[in-house]
Amino acid sequence: MGRLLVRRLGGLATTLLLSSLVIFGSLYLAPGSPENVLFGNRMPTAAARAAARHRLHLDQPLPVRYWDWLTGVLHGDLGTSMVTGQPVADRIGAGLSTTVLLVAMTMVLVVVVGLAMGLAAALLPGRVDAAVSTLTSVSVTVPPFVASTLLISVFAVRMGWFPASGLGEGLGGRIDGLVLPACAMAVLSCGFLGRVTRNAVREQLEREHVQTALVRGLPRLVVLRTHVLRNALAPIVTAVGLLTAGTFASTLVVESAFAVPGIGQLTIQSVAQKDFPVVQAVALLLVGAFVVCNAASDLVQAVVDPRLRETGSTS
Amino acid sequence: MSTEPLLELSSLTVDFATEDGGSRTLLAGLDLTLAPGEALGLVGESGSGKSMTVRAITRLLPPAATARGAIRFEGRDVASMDAAALRAYRDGGVGLIFQDPRAHINPTKRIGAFLTEALRHNRGLGRGEALARAEAVLAEVGIDDPARRLRQYPQEVSGGMLQRVMIASVLLAEPRLILADEPTTALDVTIQREVVAILDRLRRERGMGMVFITHDLDLALAVCGQVAVMYAGRIVELRSAESLHERAAHPYTRGLLGSRPAIDARAPRLTAIPGRPVSAFEAGPGCAFAPRCAFATRACESEPPQLVPFEGGLVRCARVEEIHAERTDKRTSKEATA
Ligand SMILES: Nc1ncnc2c1ncn2[C@@H]1O[C@H](COP(=O)(O)OP(=O)(O)OP(=O)(O)O)[C@@H](O)[C@H]1O
Ligand SMILES: [Mg+2]
Repeated sequence: MGRLLVRRLGGLATTLLLSSLVIFGSLYLAPGSPENVLFGNRMPTAAARAAARHRLHLDQPLPVRYWDWLTGVLHGDLGTSMVTGQPVADRIGAGLSTTVLLVAMTMVLVVVVGLAMGLAAALLPGRVDAAVSTLTSVSVTVPPFVASTLLISVFAVRMGWFPASGLGEGLGGRIDGLVLPACAMAVLSCGFLGRVTRNAVREQLEREHVQTALVRGLPRLVVLRTHVLRNALAPIVTAVGLLTAGTFASTLVVESAFAVPGIGQLTIQSVAQKDFPVVQAVALLLVGAFVVCNAASDLVQAVVDPRLRETGSTS
Repeated sequence: MSTEPLLELSSLTVDFATEDGGSRTLLAGLDLTLAPGEALGLVGESGSGKSMTVRAITRLLPPAATARGAIRFEGRDVASMDAAALRAYRDGGVGLIFQDPRAHINPTKRIGAFLTEALRHNRGLGRGEALARAEAVLAEVGIDDPARRLRQYPQEVSGGMLQRVMIASVLLAEPRLILADEPTTALDVTIQREVVAILDRLRRERGMGMVFITHDLDLALAVCGQVAVMYAGRIVELRSAESLHERAAHPYTRGLLGSRPAIDARAPRLTAIPGRPVSAFEAGPGCAFAPRCAFATRACESEPPQLVPFEGGLVRCARVEEIHAERTDKRTSKEATA
């Protein structure tokens, strides 16, 4: 178990390092020169341009710039925004808590509704199963941007239950404003998790060891909890990990649609404004969220299923 | 002392609903009685319905299967038990040993958890006490270093050891009746005898009844007082082990004895039963065994035989008297010429 943890942490660091390279490199290859952002529509003199390039260290070779940036990041210095002149860390910090709250709300919804649907379908064959299956097969075809449009037009514009864009004051106001965006991201994921749960539980219900537990006179609920659900947890945890990572990515679209001032919106804005230091930082942050989600789900799996621990330490 | 039987099956029939809306008979009217503390062997080839019988007894039939007839345990009707009564019956009434312990023990839990879960949930024992009992029983079934085994996962021990764990789990519940469904078929031949010997000894010491299922008639004769031979969902011969050993009556039983490898030179090695075993729903209108029987006549093919008394037991063969008269004649005439 300990070894698995160390290996996962090592892998995590490697992935982050590699992706930082890719992110830095791809921005370097992107068309347009970063300093142009500073001048806007004005045509700078050659001297002014050179001065700007020097100030931004753009006159240094790529490896040196990468190294400077990386050491900066490791010391918590993400650079300064080229658009606003604020430290990047401040711009990100302002949106981070909102995005994390949004993702958390989404995943709570997904886990509660998805698990409930999957369990109902698995444990109640026949009509309930058929109804849930129809529901999940529809909902997995509704991507967040479609769901956003639908939810805004129905619940915000027509019913006026929730704000169509922006967030209110205080935690209550923020949660109120995040309900629709969270729902928009949850629709597809609920369907997906519902299916995964149903299939995993069905598969476990048919296992011989479940019969052993029943024939020993254990109460049905205990058998469900300690054998069926417990063993079905591995695929469910994997799915939740993947969906959480995917939700971070979906915030790009959904935060823009609902004008939620989070990391997703910041990313889209910064890309549009070619605010390279900010783009680099948020991209790295998103990759980090991805990698952490996957590593966490792997670790939880190893806790849940000792057989994975085995192969983890022998391979 | 009442002489109430421990287990009583009367006209137990199991039908299986097929996907196309039809129905297949898997068990066709089983009558069996088992006294407390006695062992009954259930012998027959694949598909004869042995596992279906124990599944019906424990009410563990697949959803598509329905049982008719009566199953009474200590006089109580099993089919009409409510959830609580069924749980009580399964906890301490019957205990089921499955053929394949690898599949029948949850691979994600330690052996200690497997052994103690019933004690803790059903009997309210604390973890420490339950583990202590489990350790003691593991030692009894011949597992050394039981304390370490309790901390291991099923995949870390051998199949033979896992089957002992399964046996221990049943003994821990102290049931009045053990149902052992081919408990040693999945094991090495060398380990088979050991495991059967342990099971036999421990159940005798504790006065538990047992239904012992096997393909191996000799094994059944060794550990059971009574043996029921099944063919195509029916009992074809029900005798005390002693008299069956002495003289098998049904041609099928004789075939089973003949198809074993000859260990001692006394019994000349006979050929295995020709043909393939059939299930109840595949059988014709007459005797299910007739197509494979060396003694079958035209009448056997059309008239279903009844169970008739024979040498203190029951045999389902229309020609049993004739066949045995012939054998006895031969034997006496041989003795006369000698
Ligand atoms: N789940 C099931 N669905 C449909 N038919 C089944 C099922 N299980 C068993 N059967 C059928 O029921 C009949 C009796 O099966 P059973 O398992 O009781 O035989 P058995 O005597 O235990 O054989 P074996 O020695 O192979 O274990 C067989 O014809 C088999 O094909
Ligand atoms: Mg069987």
